[in-house]
Amino acid sequence: METSSDTSRRQARPGSWQYPGAAPGVDDDQAAADGGELARLTGPPRAAREARLGIALGWLSIGLGLAGLMAPRFMARAAGMPDWPHVMRVVGMRELVSGVGLLNRPHDQLWRWSRVMGDAMDLGIVGVAAIHPYANRRRLASTALALASVGALDLRAGNPPRITPSHGALTGPQGGQRVQHAVSIHRPAGECYRFWRDLARLPEFMQHLESVTVIDERRSHWCASGPAGRKIEWDADITDDQPGQLLRWRSVPGADVDNAGSVRFIPANGGRATVLQVQMSYHPPAGRAGAAVARLFGEEPLIQVRDDLRRFKQLIETGEIPTTRGQPAGARSLVSTLFGKGADQ
Amino acid sequence: MKATCWHGVRDVRVEQVPDPGILNPGDAIVRITSTAICGSDLHLYNGVVPGMMQGDILGHEFMGEIVEIGSSVKRLKVGDRVVVPFPIACGQCFFCEQKLFSVCENSNPNAWLAEKMWGHTTAGIFGYSHLTGGYAGGQAEYARVPFADVGPLVVPRELPDDKVLFLSDVLPTGYMAAEACDIVPGAVVAVWGCGPVGQFAIQSAYLLGAERVIAIDHYPDRLDMARTVSHAETLNFDEVDIVDALRDMTGGRGPDACIDAVGMEAHGAGIGYVYDRVKQAMRLESDRPTALRQALLSCRNAGVVSVPGVYGGFSDKIPFGAVMNRALTIRTGQCHVQRYMQPLLERVVNGELDPACIITHHLDLDEAPQGYAMFKHKQDRCIKVVLRPGH
Repeated sequence: METSSDTSRRQARPGSWQYPGAAPGVDDDQAAADGGELARLTGPPRAAREARLGIALGWLSIGLGLAGLMAPRFMARAAGMPDWPHVMRVVGMRELVSGVGLLNRPHDQLWRWSRVMGDAMDLGIVGVAAIHPYANRRRLASTALALASVGALDLRAGNPPRITPSHGALTGPQGGQRVQHAVSIHRPAGECYRFWRDLARLPEFMQHLESVTVIDERRSHWCASGPAGRKIEWDADITDDQPGQLLRWRSVPGADVDNAGSVRFIPANGGRATVLQVQMSYHPPAGRAGAAVARLFGEEPLIQVRDDLRRFKQLIETGEIPTTRGQPAGARSLVSTLFGKGADQ
Repeated sequence: MKATCWHGVRDVRVEQVPDPGILNPGDAIVRITSTAICGSDLHLYNGVVPGMMQGDILGHEFMGEIVEIGSSVKRLKVGDRVVVPFPIACGQCFFCEQKLFSVCENSNPNAWLAEKMWGHTTAGIFGYSHLTGGYAGGQAEYARVPFADVGPLVVPRELPDDKVLFLSDVLPTGYMAAEACDIVPGAVVAVWGCGPVGQFAIQSAYLLGAERVIAIDHYPDRLDMARTVSHAETLNFDEVDIVDALRDMTGGRGPDACIDAVGMEAHGAGIGYVYDRVKQAMRLESDRPTALRQALLSCRNAGVVSVPGVYGGFSDKIPFGAVMNRALTIRTGQCHVQRYMQPLLERVVNGELDPACIITHHLDLDEAPQGYAMFKHKQDRCIKVVLRPGH
């Protein structure tokens, strides 16, 4: 379909979230605004590479599986094993299952890990074979070497760098994080913008913000509680302010958490509603380790953004944030108290 | 105050708990005068609804008197006598604006849990698991009612509790199920389940112009009530094959509309029932859709299957081929109670409906555990239990 450049750009990035009314190339001008400092971390090239790796491993499994099932004795000899056709058939069967699984779902961690498990099993078999009197040790050694290198590849496949189709949190090469999320709000874009532009009110719905102090039209001082109760402070500048449409901000150099982002207010439902689209990129306090720690404590950035936006929606639509905190209950068991911590956020 | 708390499968206890307080500006506190045990409470009682926690206060059909209001409440005042609808709705969101209150986007504080289970969240519901918000319920002496200006209906003093209590759930639920059937004069409607919702669905179907209503159950006293009080023809699924019987009774074509007022814990016979029972017990399937399957197979071509019965998660062996190839329409959803309360109150006032007809037992709040057990096992011809705190 050759229509506008706008459309072709969308098609060039099939994984990226696009609301029909969105400004074209949102990601692109975001990336430009970030000045390339926080590298562009998303996109299909990596996703496609990941899929290709999965598919390649899948075909390898199918090949080994068929060979193991149809020529078990030959395979055993070639690997330097004793004459164990049944073992080779079992291994072949397992490879076939992994192969079919991987070809169907090349991204699936489960199937990737099934290969890692298989490698471990094979190394075990080689180990047992090595003490067998009829084994060919030299061939066994090269088999073990081959297994180890394939195993390394499988391990890498089983632990891919985090990728998601743009709707989520992305970890980049420099440890930067990129988050985007969108929410539909049943209020006009202008109203949403005005609520958000009153920066001092942000802590009302952003759980981890303690305060935002407006210094002037452009600059504000932010104070948040980070993982493990650590206090984080920074100054931020509004770098682009298009009333009713867009707000873009960037932290001033020297911030605890270097961050930049944008909020777009995209009219929907004939102007009666708004799709609010937030994009953020930032360097957590201690790089990747900081994000890992944060995730461990349930403070995954995407979840934070998602919950904050939900609270924004509740607040602007209804004037309050629904809660059950402080309501009565009967005697809770220890298990439900623990579960409840997760349930009633 | 005293409250009925869930403690596990078939274990509810009346306990002393703290009184509720205003937590948000739109809240009101209601002193409860009457509160009922609903068929859907039995799903919680039987432990088939996920997301319950020990100590959760049950109950979503209640009424009483406003004793306290939050700072932004304008429509209600202290002293008003109100019936509280079971879904909690904000009144402001995209869905509330279209009067689809039970799928309000804002009232479930645990929206993320519901999204995991169902893809998107629903409204919060009183006393109905943490999937629908974990709100403390109304089988208690007091309850906190969020978004009080949106939900509760002020009712006249002269009407007794028993006449208006069921505006909170089962009456509108049965009515909405019948309304969904697009009934035209002369229509034949079949109703699975002759509990409270089934009885009101039968009565509403007649009100909306149905010529014949055929009711299906296997408890003799419920079938009796369907015949004598709601004036339906009846079928006992222990005695006849329902799909065959309905075909025979409708000249081979099938009922114009079918209502499944049974839901996820259907009883039945034969290999299909055993299959569901085993899978549900093993947690491989959350729902036993026997009634739904029969309704889908029985309904006439291009007819409507209306499902007020509660389903929780996943059902197996749904004859979707019948739905597609025979052009069936499925309509369902938790009832948008707020939409129906006022018009149904008028029908109660002018005598078209007498909701009190389904009540078989009045108990004190302290007797809630006995009430649940009796309702569960259908002892003593139990159809509807109303609890009265402080009697």
